[in-house]
Amino acid sequence: MITPLISVRNLHKWYSGVHALKGINLDVRPREVCGLVGDNGAGKSTLIKILAGVHRPDQGQIRIDGQLVDISSPKSAMRLGIETIYQDNSMVPTMSICRNLFVGREPLLFSIGGLGLIDHRRMREEAIQAVANVDLHLRSADALLSELSGGQRQGVAIARAMHFKSRVLILDEPTNHLSVKETTKVLTFVRMLPEQGVTGLLISHNLQHVFQSCDRVVVMARGEIVLDKAIEETSIDEISESL
Amino acid sequence: MIEFGETLRKLIRIYLEKPELAGVALLVLLTLLFQLRSNGVFLSAGNLRGILGLLPEAGLVTIGVAILMICGEFDLSVGSTFALMPVSIALMTNSGVPFMLAMLLGLGIAAVVGFVNGFLTLTFNIPSFITTLGMLFIVRSLTVVLTGGFPPLLSSELPVGVFTQFVGPGGVLRASFLWFAGIALIAWAVLSGSNLGNWIQATGGFFDAAAALGVPVWRVKMTCFVICSTLAGFAGTIQVFRLGSPLPSIGDGLELQAVAAAVIGGTALTGGIGTVLGAIVGALLIRFIDNGLVLSQVDANWFKFAVGGLTILAVVANSWLRQTARRIN
Ligand SMILES: Nc1ncnc2c1ncn2[C@@H]1O[C@H](COP(=O)(O)OP(=O)(O)O)[C@@H](O)[C@H]1O
Ligand SMILES: [Mg+2]
Repeated sequence: MITPLISVRNLHKWYSGVHALKGINLDVRPREVCGLVGDNGAGKSTLIKILAGVHRPDQGQIRIDGQLVDISSPKSAMRLGIETIYQDNSMVPTMSICRNLFVGREPLLFSIGGLGLIDHRRMREEAIQAVANVDLHLRSADALLSELSGGQRQGVAIARAMHFKSRVLILDEPTNHLSVKETTKVLTFVRMLPEQGVTGLLISHNLQHVFQSCDRVVVMARGEIVLDKAIEETSIDEISESL
Repeated sequence: MIEFGETLRKLIRIYLEKPELAGVALLVLLTLLFQLRSNGVFLSAGNLRGILGLLPEAGLVTIGVAILMICGEFDLSVGSTFALMPVSIALMTNSGVPFMLAMLLGLGIAAVVGFVNGFLTLTFNIPSFITTLGMLFIVRSLTVVLTGGFPPLLSSELPVGVFTQFVGPGGVLRASFLWFAGIALIAWAVLSGSNLGNWIQATGGFFDAAAALGVPVWRVKMTCFVICSTLAGFAGTIQVFRLGSPLPSIGDGLELQAVAAAVIGGTALTGGIGTVLGAIVGALLIRFIDNGLVLSQVDANWFKFAVGGLTILAVVANSWLRQTARRIN
């Protein structure tokens, strides 16, 4: 049996009284796309925020490649190769595409104690490359994020994740507020992740989307995992019932 | 018609990427107007000397306030810090502390005010508007109590010439202008050229996204609070050295003028947007209006009216332009 890329054991999270995660056990194999579904408030976002280093778990272990890890901050998640695209807070609307791509990871000309001047030329070149690599066509890397459509913004978020060579890409309801065409584009991209050597974790409330682009589906309800099956072994009906 | 739409779109795009441009245009316009109305006195060496002598003081405060606003916070206590630092320096030098040490301690005191502002705001998660409103009163009160109500004497032995003496051809500039220019240059390099600047813009533009991207948002905000207070204290010190008397009441009302200047220069009240150049342009515009009205023999009481009108105009124009930009895209 292959070692799971991500292995979560007995994960608990409380938010001042709310028991949001009640002992989650989950294995994600390398190069699979895992769909995570469940009602609002089921704990999906909480689970992925822990994996992304935004929240700390109150109890439980996380292993990456079999190694016990402590994901103490977004930076440490990124260092482990975990990139996350959030529901609606991945990007800074008041900043340019170029600056957005590199927030927190700017290429520097020099640095003293972590602070330094940005290598603007390199940043721009890499931004143009990163955007082109995900087949996104944008007028200019200097355009502000607020000028882009929802789909273009997700495109930039995806470009960022791919540029930093993520091993695991987590997408939290990435197709919310997108047009049909843009949704198809994002889903096609998710489907292609394994080919690029990337493992995917897709949260969606649309079962069609999950069945289109995932290898496996995990259902959460009230902070617990209630179903975990390969796509071939289940059906939309069975999943709907478990929700 | 299509051509007009295209031009408008281009203009709006330029404006969105360079929010200080409107202020620059207004500055040019006012210069022409005042130059004409004053029969050429406005741009004369003597008059420029007056304007540029005052600019560093208001300009430094505005730069600090703008940087803090860009990272998403406010400081209403800058006017009080503006008085506290020079008064502390005067008291220290009078009791025998060497000038250089007193300057450093004074800067430290100003920095502590910023630190307290930031610490209270971020720890208790309260609006900085409230924290710093409280500090406005606390710091002013401390300043008055420290002096016992009377301005302490400023020894004439102090080497204040490094800030006040006239320099350059024809003595148009004071040394304080060079300090101001140097600090403005550093602030500009930090805000638009460094990774810290990128984090400041990201933190104010969308806090949650910046935090999720690994930006040390807490430290970024603390840094901006400290920068803002320190610049305000330094600016007040320059003013006191110029005037020669550490009045405990100086800087009263300066906080709102600085916010107005920052906003006129294109800084967004909601954070994330603004530039150092914009802050300077805003401060300069206010100085121009102050001076130009007098030269044009307009009743000086119209000054606050003009600043107020301009502030509202700037905010209305900004929000209109941003909405229009969204619509035509
Ligand atoms: N930051 C937070 N503070 C307090 N409670 C939260 C917070 N985030 C989520 N919760 C609560 O935790 C539970 C799980 O939420 P969430 O993980 O967002 O679910 P989902 O993403 O599946 O809709 C809900 O009851 C929600 O109200
Ligand atoms: Mg959610």
